[in-house]
Amino acid sequence: MCPGCDTALSMTAATPSQQGFSPLTKLVEEAKRMVDSAPAPHPDEPDDDDGPLYAARRKIYPQHVTGTYRRIKWAVLLVTLGIYYLLPFVRWDRGPNAPDQAVLIDFPARRFYFFFIEIWPQEVYYLTGLLILAAMALFLMNAVAGRVWCGYLCPQTVWTDLFLAIERWTEGDRREHLLRDRQPWSFDRLARAGLKHFLWLMVAWWTGGAWVLYFADAPTLVRELATFQAPLAAYVFIAMLTFTTYALAGWMREQVCVYMCPWPRIQAALTDEYALNVTYRYDRGEPRASLKKAAALHEHGQPAGDCIDCLQCVYVCPTGVDIRGGPNLGCIQCGLCIDACDAVMAKIGRPARLIAYDTDINIKRRLQGQQPFYRIVRSRTVLYAVVIALVGVVMMYALTTRRHEAVSVLHDRNPVFVRLTDGAVRNAYTVRILNKNLETQSFVLKISGLAEAEVTVIGGEARRGGDPVIDVGPDQSREVRVLVTTHQELGADASLPLTFTIVPDGGGASVSAADHFLGP
Amino acid sequence: MSEHAEHAHKPPPQIATTGHEWDGIHELNTPLPRWWLWLFYATIIWAVGYWIVYPSWPLLTSYSKGVFGWHARSAVVSDLAALRAQRGPMVAQLEATPLGDIEATPQLLDFARALGRAAFADNCAPCHGAGGGGARGYPNLTDDDWLWGGTLADIEQTIRHGVRSTDDKGHQGSMPAFGRDGMLKRDDIVAAAEYVRSLSGLSTTPGADLGRGAKIFADNCAVCHGPEGKGNRALGAPNLTDKIWLYGPDTKTIIDGIWNGHGGVMPAWGAKLDDVTIKALTVYVHTFGGGEK
Repeated sequence: MCPGCDTALSMTAATPSQQGFSPLTKLVEEAKRMVDSAPAPHPDEPDDDDGPLYAARRKIYPQHVTGTYRRIKWAVLLVTLGIYYLLPFVRWDRGPNAPDQAVLIDFPARRFYFFFIEIWPQEVYYLTGLLILAAMALFLMNAVAGRVWCGYLCPQTVWTDLFLAIERWTEGDRREHLLRDRQPWSFDRLARAGLKHFLWLMVAWWTGGAWVLYFADAPTLVRELATFQAPLAAYVFIAMLTFTTYALAGWMREQVCVYMCPWPRIQAALTDEYALNVTYRYDRGEPRASLKKAAALHEHGQPAGDCIDCLQCVYVCPTGVDIRGGPNLGCIQCGLCIDACDAVMAKIGRPARLIAYDTDINIKRRLQGQQPFYRIVRSRTVLYAVVIALVGVVMMYALTTRRHEAVSVLHDRNPVFVRLTDGAVRNAYTVRILNKNLETQSFVLKISGLAEAEVTVIGGEARRGGDPVIDVGPDQSREVRVLVTTHQELGADASLPLTFTIVPDGGGASVSAADHFLGP
Repeated sequence: MSEHAEHAHKPPPQIATTGHEWDGIHELNTPLPRWWLWLFYATIIWAVGYWIVYPSWPLLTSYSKGVFGWHARSAVVSDLAALRAQRGPMVAQLEATPLGDIEATPQLLDFARALGRAAFADNCAPCHGAGGGGARGYPNLTDDDWLWGGTLADIEQTIRHGVRSTDDKGHQGSMPAFGRDGMLKRDDIVAAAEYVRSLSGLSTTPGADLGRGAKIFADNCAVCHGPEGKGNRALGAPNLTDKIWLYGPDTKTIIDGIWNGHGGVMPAWGAKLDDVTIKALTVYVHTFGGGEK
């Protein structure tokens, strides 16, 4: 009920003399009766229709925490963000005909460079392999220890962690921040909030800035950006990523995980009962009792759990979850509640890991007096590992045996053959030669399968031993029109297999492509 | 024990459930975030923005133009201008290079062929086929037989001014209708047709009088097709001694040709296509395979 209505009701109740006379009073009385008789919402007897459809976000003030998992998270944050921000500046010498940036997605030239690897667009299947590896690694992580990705590695988590650190530094830790938010606006509060948003925007801006550096020569682009000479697309993308980083890590935070991300839903379907999850060991914790109450209970010979209901686990949670309610979608399993609980347990002299990476099975086993058991090696983890190894081996094989030359042939479709004035038959082909070497390469084109064939390359005069020679520039492909003519008598509906072979001039293994020679 | 076993599945008491329950699992009735609603309203406002800046509302005689002044036609024009600007340097090089030197420069040849391929597909393919393979009555451009000449200059002349076109400089000259116009009798035409077949070594009807055919040919046809039937490019008279037939080599077709005549028309493209496109088309047709030096 709104406070105003309460007041109205209490006022009418205070003036019984008017009861039955004023229509307004009657109406209010009626309303009051209806409200009172309405069934109270109860969690165990819910109804679908009542309750708000939309709710305002409950702001979360995650408390600072120290401990093992927090240290792991800081380390992961430093390494991943370090890689992200600095990788574009790593140089990798490839010679004069290729960029010297270690990781570069060169859209205009349609090349992807990754240290010693260079990928052409038609080799995008490497990306497929990479995606399979990523998916399988995610599944394996999930099978071993639940949402490791969410808790430690996901960009949303990493950037939110950084933004939360900035928030705590400017506006204070949980308690201080909560108090400050309840006070009226003051210069101090305004200055702190302003500083926070400024720092957030700076981080977001750097994030967007680093992103575009992967698509052009980083030092050059930085210079261009600073002198306002960079292409418009660079500024647009920086602005977009600045906005998304600021919005997602600063404002949206846990809502991205709860409302937007598909992984929690998929993860819930993929996981099994042996996966380690951040688990409140209710076998040890329940029934909850404060220190004093626990002592009293013990005195009376009644049981009392280790959980003292201090709510530290809830206060440190970046998604505002109470882990003691059991596994739930909001929990990203970062383990910060473990650190918080351990600190409390150490203070009150009880054993650590009341909250720990554990399974529901183990809780039940302990309740029945059995030893807990952990099964990291099981069919699904083995299967995921095998798939990862298999895809990895296939990719390594494909990468190490990747040829730097390739040829493809396309037969003319209209006309499929040509009769010349002297009765000879000619077929025309479009031959594309790929030279993935970083210097110009000459190729000798040999055609076999047709005796007495005349081979002509349009626009090419150079020959070696009767065979045409075609030059292809560094890291380029070249398309040439090739005419094959024969005076030989062909049978009706002739279709002779023809092999196009390119031999690198000056040595090297040859590459072939197959096609046909068609006759009348 | 039982309360422990159920512990993990009980929803926190402050959150309502939908009442749905499966194997002890309750479905929470969590309300949608309010910002989601705001986003929905924001998209509606965004749509209003579209009305204002882009053409959107039909009016009685016109439509609302939008403050951006965007128009599909002008967008195409500016896209084409951008394309021209992108091609600019290569087009300039193509313009500056004499026709005969283009094929010697691989990069320029590739560019001319690419430009020519598109222009050919747009303008020439309906008659000459997608790859220049031709059709009955429409010459195959990939062989080495040319009615009006197969050098670069000849091809350019034909493209620019056409054949039997409205262009004054277009190729003229046509095959008369000897039968229909009463110049030759039916028997003579059949004899001439038999003789024409013999010129390129094709079989003739047993008992055909080739001597009579030769005489009729010498009197009527040789003036254009030459005494030996080798044709005359100045008149577009085909070489009758080779293996290539524009309309077909069978006797009936040849008789029909002599009786009714021929006069296929190719439009003059000089007025429709710009010089660079004609240059590119010339190179493209020349490099089909039959181009002459």
